[in-house]
Amino acid sequence: MPINYYIFLSVALFCIGVAGVLTRRNAIIIFMCVELMLNAVNLLLVAFSKMHHVALYKINPEAGINGQIFVFFIMVVAAAEVSVGLAIIVMMYRNTHSVDVNFLNRLKH
Amino acid sequence: MNAIIFSALWGVILMLAGVFIKNKTSIRYLAIIGAALLILADVFELYHPETPIFHIDARNMLSFNVFGLEMNAIAFISTLLYFLLSSKDIEKVGSNVAEYFALIFFVLCGVAIVTSYSNLLMLFLGIEILSIPLFILTGSSKKNLKSNEASLKYFLMGAFSTGILLLGIAFLYGASKNGSFLIEDIGAGKNTPSPLMITGILLLAFSLSFKVSAAPFHFWTPDVYDGSPTVFTSFMATVVKGAAFVAFIRIFSNAFGDLQSKWELIIAIITASTLIIGNVTAVFQQSVKRMLAYSSIAQVGFMLFSILGLKFINTAQEGIALYITAYSLATVGLFAVLTKMNDHSLEGFNGLAKKQPLIAATSTVFLLSLAGIPLTAGFFAKYYMISAVMQLGKFYWLIILSLVCAAISVYYYFRIIQAMYFKEGAGTEVQFSELSPTFEALLVLVSAAIIVLGIKPDLLTNWLNLIYF
Repeated sequence: MPINYYIFLSVALFCIGVAGVLTRRNAIIIFMCVELMLNAVNLLLVAFSKMHHVALYKINPEAGINGQIFVFFIMVVAAAEVSVGLAIIVMMYRNTHSVDVNFLNRLKH
Repeated sequence: MNAIIFSALWGVILMLAGVFIKNKTSIRYLAIIGAALLILADVFELYHPETPIFHIDARNMLSFNVFGLEMNAIAFISTLLYFLLSSKDIEKVGSNVAEYFALIFFVLCGVAIVTSYSNLLMLFLGIEILSIPLFILTGSSKKNLKSNEASLKYFLMGAFSTGILLLGIAFLYGASKNGSFLIEDIGAGKNTPSPLMITGILLLAFSLSFKVSAAPFHFWTPDVYDGSPTVFTSFMATVVKGAAFVAFIRIFSNAFGDLQSKWELIIAIITASTLIIGNVTAVFQQSVKRMLAYSSIAQVGFMLFSILGLKFINTAQEGIALYITAYSLATVGLFAVLTKMNDHSLEGFNGLAKKQPLIAATSTVFLLSLAGIPLTAGFFAKYYMISAVMQLGKFYWLIILSLVCAAISVYYYFRIIQAMYFKEGAGTEVQFSELSPTFEALLVLVSAAIIVLGIKPDLLTNWLNLIYF
């Protein structure tokens, strides 16, 4: 398949994530949309990795492998981010009994 | 490499110390000693690059140069000053003192990575190591709703901008000729950049603008700076912002320097809107803490000049080093004063000169430096920035705009000076919690450093042209 298909699919997924972050009001769902953005990037990186491998494997049999390594790093960092983020959401839930970001307007005055 | 390993190790040591040492003061001293050792380790590497303490093969992921190591040193020196001035206030934020210091050391590890990455993977990791501990520090005042809100906002915005950064990196990877993340390679194929590459560069520029809080991506900054505990705002606004800026410069000079005609207009527009929004909104703020948040946005506008002037790398690097130093010193000092005050509104400063003449005098030096008045470091910082763009021979409208904005900034900085010297204080209430003589002596030291750099800026800029012998 041409690489453009993968680019369009990833960008579409990424845009769904962005739209979710910008329109949703529930902190958990915003969070899921951020994860969707990161996974769209993972998909794109794997596709590009394969593309580089096919183009260059005669010169360098390991060509393109670094794109897939990058995906692992994204997954690990995203997990670390999730643990901190969920802790923050739980902390907020304990104080306000809600995870609605519309509650977040105390600083706007 | 010394600084990266050492700061991470010291963070772990502090975390363990939190289990074994219950005495808050000794933990504070441990952190101060750690910051001092970190400066020594970094400066040692600067002068003896062949004999690092930790010998690790970074496999082209990191490359250490004079500029990166010196920006590290500047960040660590600001951290040391910050510890000396406000570490007592860190103890008051909550009960987990050792963890707060440990998180600050993890942030410093991120700082050391983003100043010396040579691979986009390390850029991503560095930015994340820089931000994740900050999300926690922002929300460290757990019962305070404003702090909760600030940390959630910061977290969501930070994760969002990371997503944009990663999409940019993926595009650049796809556009690179030989499938590599090295920053020298991704700029290859310079003559006809593909649309994929241009999109990647723009996405990277947008997400880094998020991190340094340049307009129109600044909207989280005032809320987060206002909501988080004041001691941590001070750290965020100085060390972290400076480091994110070095990351910005590093990628734009090493990878995209030859493509300047493609991105310079976008950066110029971001600079102009940052200057206008930062300065004009700061005028209307009643709380000094919030005003300093907008002023930090306005200062970023000037720092962005160094990106436009990257063709003249020496002027740009000297300028940004001087700017980050001047801005960090002044902001750390001003926030240290602000942390000691009970009232963060402008009225809280009324009549301060009569009660605390020394504090008022040093705060005046800090404010003058932020405004860029001659004889303070802030003047030469702005001067170098403007001269970097002047050499480019383009964007004269931007230079005129920046001068107008500097004039506006004088208004809101001088409002505090006016409140301190020419207004009567409310009288009875105690403005300052305990003040030690060392605190006052340190404030004098910081303001002396600002004035010395304002008279002889080459003390710092010559250091950047260090040649090994």
